[in-house]
Amino acid sequence: MAHIDEAPQQAAAAAPKQGREKRLPARDRITVILMVTVPLLFVLLLVWVPALGSVALSFGKWNGFGDLDTIEWVGFQNYRDIATIYPPFWPAIQHNLIWLGFLFLFPTVLGILLAVVLDREMRGSRFYQTAFYMPVVLSLALIGFIWQLFYSRDQGLINDVFGTQVDWYGDPEINLWAVLLATAWRHTGYIMLIYLAGLKGVDASLREAAAVDGAGEVRTFFNVIFPVMRPINMVVVVIVVIESLRAFDLVWVINKGRNGLEVIGALVAQNVIGEATRYGFGSALAVIMMLISSIFITIYLRTVFREERRG
Amino acid sequence: MTYETPVAAAPSSAVASAPRSDGGGVALGRRRGTVATVIMAVLALVWLFPLLWALVNSFREYDYTQANGYLSFGGWTFSNYEEAWTRANFGLHMKNSFLVTVPAVLLTLWLSSMVAFVLARFSYRFNLTLLGVFLAANLLPPQALLIPVFRMFREIPLPYFMSDSGSMLNSFWALILVNTAFQMGFCTFVLSNYMKTLPYEIYESAQLDGASVWRQYWQLTMPLVRPALAALATLEVTWIYNEFFWATVLIQQGDKLPVTSALNNLRGQFFTDTNLVAAGSIIVALPVLVVFFALQKQFVAGLTLGSTKG
Repeated sequence: MAHIDEAPQQAAAAAPKQGREKRLPARDRITVILMVTVPLLFVLLLVWVPALGSVALSFGKWNGFGDLDTIEWVGFQNYRDIATIYPPFWPAIQHNLIWLGFLFLFPTVLGILLAVVLDREMRGSRFYQTAFYMPVVLSLALIGFIWQLFYSRDQGLINDVFGTQVDWYGDPEINLWAVLLATAWRHTGYIMLIYLAGLKGVDASLREAAAVDGAGEVRTFFNVIFPVMRPINMVVVVIVVIESLRAFDLVWVINKGRNGLEVIGALVAQNVIGEATRYGFGSALAVIMMLISSIFITIYLRTVFREERRG
Repeated sequence: MTYETPVAAAPSSAVASAPRSDGGGVALGRRRGTVATVIMAVLALVWLFPLLWALVNSFREYDYTQANGYLSFGGWTFSNYEEAWTRANFGLHMKNSFLVTVPAVLLTLWLSSMVAFVLARFSYRFNLTLLGVFLAANLLPPQALLIPVFRMFREIPLPYFMSDSGSMLNSFWALILVNTAFQMGFCTFVLSNYMKTLPYEIYESAQLDGASVWRQYWQLTMPLVRPALAALATLEVTWIYNEFFWATVLIQQGDKLPVTSALNNLRGQFFTDTNLVAAGSIIVALPVLVVFFALQKQFVAGLTLGSTKG
C-alpha cells in the first residue's frame, strides 16, 4: 500500500506540466489517432473537399449529367457572366446587404438592449426571457408560415385590421421588408440570449467601481461594460454577418427566392435543383459566398483562439 | 474607449425610454424600474403574439372566420388539426424527422466528444489547427458545398435495404451524415472547453491504475461531462429537426422529406385556408416547443456554454 500513498504526490508535482506527456503505449496511440481521424474524415470529406470542389467547378461549364471529363473549362467566364449578364445577381447582393444592415440596426440592437435590461434583477425576468427566445427554437421555414397569418392578402391580420389589400409576401416592392420583420422576431431573442450570457460573466466589481466614480448607467455601459464584452461583440458581429449571408429558408418557402426576394443562397440552389442545372455557374456563386464568409470566419477564429490561449 | 461597431447605437433608445437620471435615488430607481417593467411586459406580449395568434386561429372554423373576419370571436373547432394532419401526411413526415434527427444527434455527440477529449486531454501542437478545421466548417454557408455534395451523393450507390432510392440522394443517410459533419464543430468546441475544466489529476490517477486512453474517455470523462452533453443534445435536436436547406436539396422524393422541409410542399394545398396553415404550423412547432419548455435550462446552457467562451 505504501507506494500507492506516495504516488498522488508525485502526480501532483508533475501536474502543471500538462503538455509533457510520457510517450503513450502503442495501443493508446492508435486509439488517439482513431479518435481524431474518424471525425476528421467526416469533416474533410463532407465539408472541406466539397468546398474545394466548388472552387474547381466554378471555372468550368457543366450540366452535371455526364462524367467529370464532360466539363468544359472556361476560366473566369462564369464570374464575368454573373457580374454582367445574370439579372438576379446584383439585386441579390443588394438584398443580402439590406438583410445585414437591417439585422444590425433593429434586432441586434434590440436584443442587446433587452439583455442589458434583463441582466438586472427584475421581477418576471424569467418570463420575459422565455417570451423573447421562444421563437429561437422555431425554424425559419416555419416562421415563414406562421407570419403568413399576418401577411396573407385575403385572410391576413394586417389587411384585416387596416382594411388594405396588400400582398405582403408577393409584392416585390415590400416583400423583403415583410420577410425581414419575421426574421427579426427570431433574431432578437438569439442575440439577447448570447449577450445576456456574456453580461453575466462581467465582473460585478467593475460596475461598482464605475458607480463609485459617479458614472451614469449609460456611460458605465459604454465605457466599462462594452469594452469588456469585446469577444462577445465580435461573436455577435460574426453571427449577424453569417446569418444574413446564409439567408435561405424564409425566401425559399415563400417563392424560392424570386420576385423581390432574390438572395445569393437561393440563387445557388436555383442553379442546381431548378429547371436548368448549371453547375459551373452555381459553383461560382457559391465561391463568392464562401469568400465573403471566410473573412468573417477568420475574424471569429482569431477571437476564439485569443480567448483560448488566455483561458 | 468606446468601440465603433454598429451595435454602438443600442443604449440611446434606452435613454429615451427610461427617465434620464444618473442620481440613482430610491424613488427614481423605483420609477425607472416600473417603466422598464411596463416596456418589457408590452414587448414580451408582442413577441408571444404571433404564436398565440396561430394557436387561437388553428381552433377556428374557416367558414366562420371568412364570414365574420378574424377579429371576431367564435367558431371553435378541432377539425383543422384533423384535416391538416391527414392532408399533409404529418405522421409520415414526423417519422422521417425522427429517423434523421436521433441518429444524427447521437453520431454528432459521439464523434465530437472524441475529438474534444483528445483536445482537452493532450496538448499536441496541432490542437488549435484541428479545432479550427472543425469550427470553420461549422460556419461555412452550406450553399457553398451544395454542388459537389449533391453530385457526390448521386454517385454513391446504396443497397436497397438501406434506401429504396438506390443512391445517397433521397436517403436519410445523406441527411444524417451531412448534418453530423456540419454540427460537429460547435459541439467539439463546447465539449473540449467543458472537459478542460475537469481536474487533470483524475487522468493521472487513471493512468496509474493502468486505464487505457479509451477507458479514460468512455468511463471517466463521458460520465463527468453529462451536463454538457445534455445541453448540446437539446440544442442539436432542435437544430437538426429545424434543418431546412439540406433536406430541401438532397431529398426530392416527397414522401421522404422531414417535417420542416415538407412544409414547403404543403403550401399549395394550404394556401387558401389560413386556419389550416395555423394548425399545420402548430403541429410542426409542437415537438420543439415541448423540448424547449421541458429542457429550457439545458437549451440556454447549451447556447451560453458556446458563446461565453467564444
